[in-house]
Amino acid sequence: MMKLTDSTGLSRRRILGWSAMLGAAMSLPTRVWAWVRPEAAFVATGLDQALAELGGTPTVHDGIQFTTPDIAENGAVVPIRIEVDPAALPNVSKVSVLVEMNPNPMAAVFDIAPDTEVYIETRVKVAQTCNLYAVVEADGQLFMQSRETKVTLGGCGG
Amino acid sequence: MSRIKIRAQQADGVTEVKALMRHPMETGMRKDQSGEAIPAHFITEVAVFHGERAVMQGYWGAAVSANPFLGVRFKGGAAGDTVKVTWVDNQGGTGEGETTIR
Amino acid sequence: MIKKWAWLIGILAMPVLSDDGIFDEYRDLMGDDNPAIFVIDEGEALWFEAQGPLDTSLERCDLGLGPGVTAGAYARFPRYFEDTDSVMDIESRLLHCMQTLQGRERAVLLAKPYSLRGDLGTELEALVTWLAAESEGAVIAPEQAHPAEREMYALGEEIFFYRAGPHDFSCATCHEQSNMRIRLQALPNLTNHDAAAEAFGSWPAYRISEGLVRTMGWRLQDCFRQQRWPGLRLGSDVSVALQTYMAVNAAGGVMTAPGLKR
Repeated sequence: MMKLTDSTGLSRRRILGWSAMLGAAMSLPTRVWAWVRPEAAFVATGLDQALAELGGTPTVHDGIQFTTPDIAENGAVVPIRIEVDPAALPNVSKVSVLVEMNPNPMAAVFDIAPDTEVYIETRVKVAQTCNLYAVVEADGQLFMQSRETKVTLGGCGG
Repeated sequence: MSRIKIRAQQADGVTEVKALMRHPMETGMRKDQSGEAIPAHFITEVAVFHGERAVMQGYWGAAVSANPFLGVRFKGGAAGDTVKVTWVDNQGGTGEGETTIR
Repeated sequence: MIKKWAWLIGILAMPVLSDDGIFDEYRDLMGDDNPAIFVIDEGEALWFEAQGPLDTSLERCDLGLGPGVTAGAYARFPRYFEDTDSVMDIESRLLHCMQTLQGRERAVLLAKPYSLRGDLGTELEALVTWLAAESEGAVIAPEQAHPAEREMYALGEEIFFYRAGPHDFSCATCHEQSNMRIRLQALPNLTNHDAAAEAFGSWPAYRISEGLVRTMGWRLQDCFRQQRWPGLRLGSDVSVALQTYMAVNAAGGVMTAPGLKR
């Protein structure tokens, strides 16, 4: 629950507003997940281990367009884009993002429905300069593309 | 006040959705100013719907950035159709937002 | 001691290459999606929320353009107010309204005006963000008609060049020359109109490194910390003077806040 720190305490109206929103969210159509969270991959502490939990060692595939900045202003927010042209690599069902030197390399995995473009844009935390990985699953096989992103220190060490 | 801001635009038979979500995405590894560990609090599941159909479902870890951004594209979608984004976090919190395609 | 630190600054404050677009790719990929948009909404809600012993909102707060007028008000700060007989920055003016309209206690308001690590934002940060958005696109035009306002500019200029603290730093040490940077962070030349306008006009800003919107008042406070100067108090003459100096140097520029910064 989001809180604004307010030294005079939160007013009643604000709390009610949030409860109403939470109530509305709970009455959404129930989740349609047909696949389970790959928790073992998320808690893996090394890249090889995380990839093993995803299903093996991916092979590099140039059909994966992986866009990351060469250098990020801050490692807390690194924008990335992953696109796959189905003509180059058909039947992509899942797209995963891994950051090699993070304490847990696995950052996110997306299940792409048919008729959805294989196109993901998001922002991830990168603890230190290292390789980022876009791993896709197509017809039960894993493919990948990787790129290094440099993470900088700013200003007076902060 | 929506905790998700969504834009959805269609062109040439493809709809592009951009969503920005209000969430601390706390990893659980940070300490606050007094040295106390800040509890992990991050979105674990996110989904994008076109009408009632889920076009994308994702599982996230704490390494997705705070106040997360998500961009997806899907075929079809007409101006006026509803696009909805929902999330669930590790503390049982939920969020949702919706917009109409332009 | 002085020479050592001056030398260190000389090394660290490296001139940037003339076409230093090193973060262009990064900014392109980030696009226009700035999480500050949530904080704008939060600030707006707080403005209209009845609070304090007097159970009143801030809707009658006079930010210099008349009670309740928020459009364009941020861009005219700092300015003199008759009711307090003082030159105020927007943060101290907001605190004044919280005290007088809402009956809230100053000591409590000053206890924690800015977020600490792990916080999602404070009331003051959100209000300042919304008010800055209410001035988005407005011309930066701090009032300088009143003698007290002009005195603040003079004081601000003096402080800007005043060397103090264990490192013998002044604001000018880092912010008097153009095209300088520390590591890969550019240092705006605040004595130059265009750079001052770009810098002043982009605060408050969402700071990627903190996941928070920070205000100009906070920025100055953090500069003082980095210089190892004594703590800067919110709404103090020193704070208002420095803000006046920057705002006047920026005058004529355009407000682009809330910005997006590292």
